[in-house]
Amino acid sequence: MEIGKNSMTASLRGRTAIVGAADTEVGVVKHMGATQLCVDAILRALADAGLDKSGIDGLITCNSMAEPYLYHAETIAEYLQIFPRYCISVGAGGGTTFTALHQAASAIASGICHTVVIAMADSLRSGMSRQRALAMQSSTGHPQFERPYGAPVPGYYALLAQAHMHEFGTSAEHLAAVAVAMRKHAARNPTAQMRAPISIDDVLASRMIADPLHLLDCSLVSDGGSAVVVTSAERARDFKHKPVYLLGVGEGHAHEHISQARSLTTSAAVDSGRRAFDMAGVGPRDIDFAQLYDCFTPVVLIELEDLGFCAKGEGGPFVAAGSIDPGGPLPVNTHGGLLSHCHPGNPGSMFALTEAVTQLRGAAGERQVSQANLALVHAQGGIMSSHCTIVLGRERAT
Amino acid sequence: MSEKPMKSWPERTPETAAYWAGCARHELLIQRCLVCGLHQFYPRLLCTACSARTLEWVRAAGRGVIKSFTIVRRAVSEAYAPDVPYVVALIELEEGPTMMSNVVGCDVGEVRIGLPVQVVFDDWSKDVSIPKFTPADRPVA
Ligand SMILES: [Zn+2]
Repeated sequence: MEIGKNSMTASLRGRTAIVGAADTEVGVVKHMGATQLCVDAILRALADAGLDKSGIDGLITCNSMAEPYLYHAETIAEYLQIFPRYCISVGAGGGTTFTALHQAASAIASGICHTVVIAMADSLRSGMSRQRALAMQSSTGHPQFERPYGAPVPGYYALLAQAHMHEFGTSAEHLAAVAVAMRKHAARNPTAQMRAPISIDDVLASRMIADPLHLLDCSLVSDGGSAVVVTSAERARDFKHKPVYLLGVGEGHAHEHISQARSLTTSAAVDSGRRAFDMAGVGPRDIDFAQLYDCFTPVVLIELEDLGFCAKGEGGPFVAAGSIDPGGPLPVNTHGGLLSHCHPGNPGSMFALTEAVTQLRGAAGERQVSQANLALVHAQGGIMSSHCTIVLGRERAT
Repeated sequence: MSEKPMKSWPERTPETAAYWAGCARHELLIQRCLVCGLHQFYPRLLCTACSARTLEWVRAAGRGVIKSFTIVRRAVSEAYAPDVPYVVALIELEEGPTMMSNVVGCDVGEVRIGLPVQVVFDDWSKDVSIPKFTPADRPVA
């Protein structure tokens, strides 16, 4: 039996909320290892929620590359001496974060557990030798049909960029405009790793890594961790902060290896976005700000298009017009993103999530988005492979 | 030749042994479905179009076009550093499937999307040969 496109799925709209969110110190953090960063993130998120560790009955982590464990979440639970009912490590690359949120919300809505901490951390910058970092990079790609050809990670994404340029006339300046916009946001965020303003020319003058991607089209390499506390909408009223409700969530999975992609220029963000919007009962025009996975500049253009914020192929001109800048019609990555805030690998998109919570609480200070009621947060993992979109809001119903 | 052992050598599996054996003979083998005729790559247990398990190996013409490419300026590892700048590309074969490869035997500046290419083989050892591509208008040794 084929499952129809319109088959009903149980809606998670308004069933759960984020009641705690916090980041560790990020950037270059030499005084803590990856395991400590993960636990530090959990302790900070619990403190933010005003919750004792005994109040958690679910834990979701992703593995660390610097300090990997065979069973990571179990190790963190053991370290904390908590004994959860639900405990898993997830692994979908950068998209991991929001698929974890999907798992957490589903577990809570189905009664498996009531309060889940999602925590992710790594120390790619300080916790790994250059040898190990290179070995890690070489492990991307299909072992038989891609790796022998020697593409570094930026090279895989460059294939997407080149195809987008060829099909839609996207230019190197359009790609650079994404990096410039992220830096404008980061300049307003005291925790961002890179805050000095950059220009289009700076990006174009930076070293070419894999045509058409320059060094400044590529995200940072960082240390850091981040955690959120998720609970049922009913329980959420009893915490310190006003809850941030999960209104919509959707995933899309197109391929794992880029040579198997059905399209190089349209991604499964189309599917994840539609599913999340349908659940939330809203559309792209209702969104006040977005946090989009920005490991490399072309990814943001494809996400903006596939999520419906601009027409297909128009991502470049949309960004070049200042649309995603601070104060623009759709501020994107108000913390500075992976390009300028920090990128510790798999945990990368967690910081987009905690920033969305901060914005929706109205607690973002100098960088606060005015009228921040509805946020879209999106991440992808692999090479534009696995996508997850979430819609978060200040109110339980839309 | 001495740096080659450090490159990312393909480790064949029962499923891919015939493919790599073909490469060693300088033949590019892909699968064809006996039920619906689909050509597919990489090798699989099922036809991805009709799910039939009846697949045969056929020799691809070795011709295709560049679907996308990049010029790698910073190698993935030390073993690839002497090759910089080198082209990593996605090649759409005449039979339909897409594969990743290197484009060799030309200036990196000549490479563009849509360029017709043909397969050549880079012998890493007596048993391991890596299929690569060169512009179709070049004589193949
Ligand atoms: Zn078939």
